[in-house]
Amino acid sequence: MRWGVAVFPGSCDDDDVVHSLRHVLGHDVRTLWHKDPFDGRCDGVVLPGGFSYGDYLRAGAMARFAPVMQGIVDFAATGGLVLGICNGFQILCEAGLLPGALTRNESLRFVCRRVTLRVEHARSPFTRTARPGDLLEMPVKHGEGRYYADALTLDELRDHGQVLLRYADAVGGTPDAANPNGSVENIAGVCNRRRNVFGLMPHPEDATEELLGGVGGLTIFSSMAAEVERRNGA
Amino acid sequence: MSDATSPAAAPVTPEVVHAHGLTDHEYAEILRLLGRTPNLTELGVFSVMWSEHCSYKSSRKHLKQLPTEGPRVLHGPGENAGVMDIGDGLAVVFKIESHNHPSFIEPYQGAATGVGGILRDVFTMGARPIASLNSLRFGAILHPKTPYLVNGVVGGIGGYGNCVGVPTVGGDVYFDECYDANILVNAFTLGLAERDRIFTGKARGAGNPVVYVGSKTGRDGVHGATMASESFSEDAEQRRPTVQVGDPFTEKLLIEACLELMRTDAIVGIQDMGAAGLTSSAVEMAGRAGSGVELELAQVPLRERGMTPYEILLSESQERMLLVVHPESVAEVRAIFERWDLDAVVVGRVIDEPVFRVLSEGRPVADIPVAALTDAAPAYDRPAQRPPRQDEIQRLDADALPRPESMTRVLEQLLGSPNLGSREWVYRQYDHYVRGNTVLAPGADAAVIRVKGTSRGLALTVDCNARYCYLDPHAGGMAAVAEAARNLSCVGATPLGLTDCLNFGNPEREDVMWQFSQAIEGMREACLALEVPVVSGNVSFYNETDGVSIHPTPTVAMVGLLEDVTRIATPWFKEEGDLVVLLGLNRDELGGSEYLKVVHGQVAGKPPAVDLVLERGIQRTCRLAVEQGLLSSAHDVSEGGLAVALAECCIAHPDRAGFGAVIEIEHRGRADALLFGESHSRIVVSLKERHCGLLQDIATQENVPMAVIGEVDGDRLAINDLVRAPVQRLRNIWSTALERYVK
Repeated sequence: MRWGVAVFPGSCDDDDVVHSLRHVLGHDVRTLWHKDPFDGRCDGVVLPGGFSYGDYLRAGAMARFAPVMQGIVDFAATGGLVLGICNGFQILCEAGLLPGALTRNESLRFVCRRVTLRVEHARSPFTRTARPGDLLEMPVKHGEGRYYADALTLDELRDHGQVLLRYADAVGGTPDAANPNGSVENIAGVCNRRRNVFGLMPHPEDATEELLGGVGGLTIFSSMAAEVERRNGA
Repeated sequence: MSDATSPAAAPVTPEVVHAHGLTDHEYAEILRLLGRTPNLTELGVFSVMWSEHCSYKSSRKHLKQLPTEGPRVLHGPGENAGVMDIGDGLAVVFKIESHNHPSFIEPYQGAATGVGGILRDVFTMGARPIASLNSLRFGAILHPKTPYLVNGVVGGIGGYGNCVGVPTVGGDVYFDECYDANILVNAFTLGLAERDRIFTGKARGAGNPVVYVGSKTGRDGVHGATMASESFSEDAEQRRPTVQVGDPFTEKLLIEACLELMRTDAIVGIQDMGAAGLTSSAVEMAGRAGSGVELELAQVPLRERGMTPYEILLSESQERMLLVVHPESVAEVRAIFERWDLDAVVVGRVIDEPVFRVLSEGRPVADIPVAALTDAAPAYDRPAQRPPRQDEIQRLDADALPRPESMTRVLEQLLGSPNLGSREWVYRQYDHYVRGNTVLAPGADAAVIRVKGTSRGLALTVDCNARYCYLDPHAGGMAAVAEAARNLSCVGATPLGLTDCLNFGNPEREDVMWQFSQAIEGMREACLALEVPVVSGNVSFYNETDGVSIHPTPTVAMVGLLEDVTRIATPWFKEEGDLVVLLGLNRDELGGSEYLKVVHGQVAGKPPAVDLVLERGIQRTCRLAVEQGLLSSAHDVSEGGLAVALAECCIAHPDRAGFGAVIEIEHRGRADALLFGESHSRIVVSLKERHCGLLQDIATQENVPMAVIGEVDGDRLAINDLVRAPVQRLRNIWSTALERYVK
């Protein structure tokens, strides 16, 4: 599995993604510098968390204009797997690769805590090693992670099974108390209709080692690797 | 220097001298050192370099008392931060610093730039910042301004720290009316470096170019160092223009660009521009190297037009660094900073003649011997006198205290009080996971991070009970060091070294100097006994408003080493049936306790005494037991006493509801003193019954009293026939305590 991890000015979690992919999973990883065009020679691309360009305008609003993004948009258009984490999710929404938007947390405060996520659909390259209803634990840490989409979009997301993860409690319910940011319908992660672009607010890269509190994030990366293996085998 | 006066033509009158915070005596000394009258620009340079903040003129004599050496110390005080060897060719670089006055005037930016400043102190030495802490003191929680200040400061720390991608893994927060008009914001950062690639702030090699990198210079923060060296009065708000504005995004770029440059051989010396900006970084670098520096201000990147040399030299604009590089490396430096979209401009050169020479478009505007600004800066042996009121405040008539009717109610009251309630509302606003090293997040006795590529871990804590220091600064200083080391020992880490932030009142007052000297003496004794050197630090005087001082607050941030990061202990109970054991002695000490303050409204008595021999033994016992895997949990007894510590063992688990415990302690004295007295050198541990003998062996060997006091059991906490409360109820009270007040 050959990964590309985009690095924007202000990316913070790029090193953590690289560490998890390279040292925990043993995959090939290269970084994709924001000023360079992307040649598409990867099996999967990750847009990591952080505060690209300082997020002074609106989270993710500047990064979508970075030179590297055109190549990533093209890569997605050919069916390439693109994962956006936190700020990466915000960038994918700004770039129009994912529906909806991420607005300020309901509390109007940054929130850093562990959350439990319920897998809604295993029929995706990002959750294929899980089963629907599986619970994954990983941290969230963001100020603008409240997912919003209008009613029509929400219907579409439901009809096409695009909501892959929801904030849940320890027994798989989705009460408000389990929702760290006020996201509509407890949505934590959505994919596009083609199911090759996925964005989520929680950080799978911070949940890949038992030493650091759990391995709930491995599911996302392993699923993508399994998908690539399947495609290459086919 | 007649020409020098032209850009800053204002004459230097006695009023101007006083407005710069210089005394008549200090000005006479300047005249003597220069052999002539300084121009206004030079006077400005002297005023910041001789300010308390930069020169440590009132504290230097006392700071020399602190032990600064040890086998792992690579760089002690005097550099931008302390550096210690942790093995495997790696070193940790750490320091704590205050940003008190700016944070009171403008809480968000004041706190944010405090974080930015301490980060620069650490990465300037070649270290990648990997963890931050902060220590906050606010006024009474019901003071009308407190919620505004808390929200601003916490927001600023989070806003800056989260954006630069450095996790905030711990800290402490206390509320007391002594900080009503003078809050404390102390920020700590630790970085990781290769042992053989430490960079220092030395301007070596005549002819080497001096390069300015980072943000452009604006008018913000002119005279920040002087402000930090004065007392406040009611009109503090009018000082808002002297508070700098932070840009964490630029700081993030600056970190990455500097660390990238540090992998080359371009750098001779490097220093951040902190207090007193361009002036202090150039002068201090020259001072350390015994060289001189010549600057051409026309080259300095400016944010605003029409800035005078005076303003350029004294600006405290953030996110700027000064480098001395090899001449042949200038192009490489430029290329790296351009890649990160940052300015990198040659603004001067190192010269042999040990002077600080400043030109503006070729015209001299300042020419001062470096030593006049550094070594010759005034040093005072200020008079210190124990105030007569000290006897009075230490008086406590415990027998006159009304006996509470219900100890359970008192425990609930304490767990819901501002100083003992859960800090989660605060630390939830800080990213404590970024960089992927956090093994133990905020909420335990100490934070633990792993050191990638090794089996090791680092433990971090920050502590100070200022009430103890107010009642007895000697015992309080000792306690701050002892408690920090105890917190590290509770997770299983061996203390490596500490950095201190000494927050005190006006040093021109005899009672304040007495507090200062006493606190340092107490710290010194504890450092020696526990073998913890002081490797860096900061002094913040003049924390007083309209003549009223804060409680002396010598904040101690301590770093510990774990050889095996998988062998740690956490404070919360793990399993029913585990025995609960107390290491140490209950001594019925009520003086200075949170109980006395919260329940009886008194700040009085002698604070609990530290027995350093027992303290050392307790800590060793706990560490050995953790290392041998004997313990299920370990938690130190501090504010709130034994009952609060036991309650925390039941309720502090970050994810789970928690466990109850049934406790039976033999005791003959006062019940409130047993439950809520704050005697030092006590640790509550839980463990399997089969491990009890092994723990007893260690305790005996270390000469430490140990007693089985109960068992982890059920869903309620019961202590003798005194306390009986459902764990869930205690947890609810404790976990919502803070947000009830500040939200």
